[in-house]
Amino acid sequence: MKSFNYHAPKDVKDASKLASSSSAFLAGGMTTIPSMKLGLANYKDIIDIKKIKKLSGIKVSGKSVTIGATTKHVEVATSKDVKKAIPALAKLAGNIGDAQVRNRGTIGGSISNNDPSACYPSACMALNAVIHTNKRKIDAEKFFTGMFETALKSGELVEAVEFQIPEKADYQKHPNPASRYAIIGVFVAKHKKDVNVAVTGAKSCVYIDKDLSKKLSSSFSASALEGMDVKSSGMNSDMHASAEYRANLVSLYAKKAVEAC
Amino acid sequence: MASLVGSRVERKEDTRFLQGKGRYTADINIANQTYAVFVRSPHARAKIKSVDTSKALKSSGVVGVLTGKEIAEDKIGGLIAGWAIRSEDGSEMKVPANPPLAKDIANFVGEPIAVVFAETLDEAKEGAEKVKVDYKVLKAVVDPAEAMKSDAIHDGVEKNLCYDWLLGDRKAVDEAFAKADKIIKVDLINNRLVPNAMEPRACVVDYNIASEEITLYTTSQNPHLSRLVMSAFGGVAPENKLRVVAPDVGGGFGSKINVYNEEIVCSWASKKIERPIKWVAERTESFLTDTHGRDHVTHAELAVTNDGKFLGFKNETIANLGAYARVFGTVTPTYLFGPCATGVYVIPAAYSNVKAVYTNTAPVDAYRGAGRPEATYTIERLVEKAAMELGMDKTEIRMKNFPTQFPFKQTLVHTVDSGDYVAGLEKAKQMADYAGFESRRKQSEANGKLRGIGVSSYFEACGIAPSAAVMSLGCGVGLWESAEVRFNPTGQISVFTGAHSHGQSHDTTFAQIAADELGVPMENIDVVHGDTDKGTFGMGTYGSRSLTVGGIAIVNACKKIVAKGKRVAAKMLEVNEDEIEFKDGEFVALKSNKKKTIGEVAFACYLPGQRDEMKSPIPEGDEPGLIESSFFDPANFSFPAGSHICEVEIDPDTGNVKVEKYTAVDDFGRIVNPMIVEGQVHGGIAQGIGQALHENTQYDETGQLMTASYMDYTMPRADNFPEFNLGFTCTHATSNPLGVKGCGEAGAIASPPTVMNAVIDALGGQEISMPATAEKVWKACKSMKKSNAKAA
Repeated sequence: MKSFNYHAPKDVKDASKLASSSSAFLAGGMTTIPSMKLGLANYKDIIDIKKIKKLSGIKVSGKSVTIGATTKHVEVATSKDVKKAIPALAKLAGNIGDAQVRNRGTIGGSISNNDPSACYPSACMALNAVIHTNKRKIDAEKFFTGMFETALKSGELVEAVEFQIPEKADYQKHPNPASRYAIIGVFVAKHKKDVNVAVTGAKSCVYIDKDLSKKLSSSFSASALEGMDVKSSGMNSDMHASAEYRANLVSLYAKKAVEAC
Repeated sequence: MASLVGSRVERKEDTRFLQGKGRYTADINIANQTYAVFVRSPHARAKIKSVDTSKALKSSGVVGVLTGKEIAEDKIGGLIAGWAIRSEDGSEMKVPANPPLAKDIANFVGEPIAVVFAETLDEAKEGAEKVKVDYKVLKAVVDPAEAMKSDAIHDGVEKNLCYDWLLGDRKAVDEAFAKADKIIKVDLINNRLVPNAMEPRACVVDYNIASEEITLYTTSQNPHLSRLVMSAFGGVAPENKLRVVAPDVGGGFGSKINVYNEEIVCSWASKKIERPIKWVAERTESFLTDTHGRDHVTHAELAVTNDGKFLGFKNETIANLGAYARVFGTVTPTYLFGPCATGVYVIPAAYSNVKAVYTNTAPVDAYRGAGRPEATYTIERLVEKAAMELGMDKTEIRMKNFPTQFPFKQTLVHTVDSGDYVAGLEKAKQMADYAGFESRRKQSEANGKLRGIGVSSYFEACGIAPSAAVMSLGCGVGLWESAEVRFNPTGQISVFTGAHSHGQSHDTTFAQIAADELGVPMENIDVVHGDTDKGTFGMGTYGSRSLTVGGIAIVNACKKIVAKGKRVAAKMLEVNEDEIEFKDGEFVALKSNKKKTIGEVAFACYLPGQRDEMKSPIPEGDEPGLIESSFFDPANFSFPAGSHICEVEIDPDTGNVKVEKYTAVDDFGRIVNPMIVEGQVHGGIAQGIGQALHENTQYDETGQLMTASYMDYTMPRADNFPEFNLGFTCTHATSNPLGVKGCGEAGAIASPPTVMNAVIDALGGQEISMPATAEKVWKACKSMKKSNAKAA
């Protein structure tokens, strides 16, 4: 790993000031550190945001669950409040990576990195999340812009993610047997008016499957999805799974998620 | 005194391992050491036009940069193939030079080109990035069948063919096939595996300027053999100036048999730069450069009668050697494979033909089982398919062809000394509730799942091996083992063994054996291994040989201790030697019942006299001291055998395969420590299930390794396995005094066909290749649905 300057600011303002085109914010470091070790990424300044107290923690109101950016997966997975308000979200967090990752990795890091096979982005999309940054609030559907790309600008830092509490929800994933990232993951959320089916792992970026969402909005049952053919065009095809296989899994896991709701 | 052999003694080594007190090569640091980082070829095949080290030499902290040019100038030898194999036409195998640092051409991704030494690891990495290698990239060949039609990778190796080997009788096979009612055929791929020892390879070299002695700490399964090879072939230093220490080693599975480039280079360089050197592989380097396992493409046929009698067997195999032939690279697909390809059956005519081919991939060598898993997979797929095609029960067809008389003269090479294959399979059937499978299958079907059952009966030839036999087959060394038992004056005992423990629990099992032989508590015994300066010599650990060869050397050395002790005790007790009985650590004069403990005898051997009287306890013709050694050369291989039964359940919607039940009944002869043996079987089965369902090494067509990390290479994990159901039948080996057989590889040998037979059974006989990943199985389920629909 190349040498870098390490900073541990106490508040977001200082963190933001330190940011430049050759810096990176460090939360759990689950992607940043391996990338640096492998020489895939080099930074002049690493800005560790874990010491900023206000970035961590879980708040539940009547309508939403707000999770601070540096809150670890294990904290979300085991939170009584989250389990009560959105059990599917706790379940998702409890199945990310392995125990080591869940005890270091954070929600802010996960969504800022926007790995195409990460779990959290699907929850953000399906639960109409609003991403709070130090500059503004961004709707999830505008936040995730492409493979490893987000709407975040230089120096902009995720502070918290606010999830809308649904009537029902579930997350189902088919893990990559090697990495245990999602080959595909489907987050189904039934809100008062409509249903969102968010899919991760299948394409270059998380997305809402509009056909499945529409169908479930009119009839929320697994049988409603019978015979719905998810198209494989535009889906990832790699040594772990072909596009055809992924397409099959999307409709299958959507059904499983509805059944589990 | 109760016998320790046969009891579940807790592992002595766990005290250090479980407390993090193990001392591995990477834990060793020498004052003033430098750190080595290797510059490796990013190309699978490329001419090296030039290597410019000038910028690296100026880089901060760099103390030296060495390349293939310097190592060639110093006439340091390369890596070697340990076995000479002849082709069917009598010609010798073709083995190219394998220099420790490639000078003119690189032949696989990861092959070392240069090395940088620096004050810190980061500085060495920085320096390595500044070594400029000018490559001319050439077209690589990855597929072995393709390689036989491609330009030669190595000068003079036409068709990239190392050898075209035959074992057996083609004519007899043709005649047998002509008589058959049915010919069963399979086309199989035995997938390439990366051994993935938990501890990556590493070495620390300390050159002593005063004594001119090199000490090499390394992750080796066989330190004496490493010293021999590095001295005799590498020319790194004379054997008496080279000390090789393999301290705690975290797994080998065959991948740490070889002497590797890095050990040769660092040993040579330490003398050159007059500084100690430390090198520890990163995980990616392990993936790229540890020797890989398996990688066969096989067509095989079995000639059968309508009532299920086997008449003949043949296989045509292409074995991928990778870029170079290494220590066990050439014998693994031949003498470790062919003789076992007829399995546990009486098959009157057989041949095994293997073409070993070079490709631009990492070298392939021994990996847990080495040749025998490939052989067992071949015959057990054929047998299972024969049962299916003949409409016979899969256990009945096996029973029908088992030998019932032992010794059993196997068709191709071996004479199996002992066994009871029928008893093993009967026991496995009973433990697995084979009879109840149909109701479990129906239950799965009711849940929308497909359930299959698979059987595999195996034998294997391990405990390698009788020196004269293996040297007649082309082995470059004899495969005996040595031991030395040193009684100290105060009664503690050091047992030196030439075997090496890298997970096999020798500290415990060897102490159990010696304690029984000497009648002393285990706690008094220390097993010493892994240091060429401590033990006399040794051939190391692989091929399930530690107990059956090394353990017997310990028994023999202990017997010599007791024999001398008897003579000394007789003199001390003033009786004839034949009046002394040795029991439970005491020499007893039968008539008088006077005794001397073995500790008292040892003390007397070292302090042979007493005050006021000129009297020695040492008989005439004997010498003081109590140290005995033994070099044991076995009379035969050891032949463990058994039957495994597996049940899988498939989810046709996802293709996920769940191993529901796994039963293994093995015959390892007499068992020294059942707990340790069970652990060996568990590990072997886990690796075999890994091969069958998960692990796959994939190169792209340019020779880049696509699965070079745990993000992409699927290692099996605990949640992939059910609780293993283990049983044993113990027919004692007749070829050694303990009656023991090897147990280290059996699990990995028997399990891949067991699992695959179950998967294919669930898929209604549809062939599928290893690893049976979810997507492959899903596709097979889809085509099964289609053909079922058509049939309906």
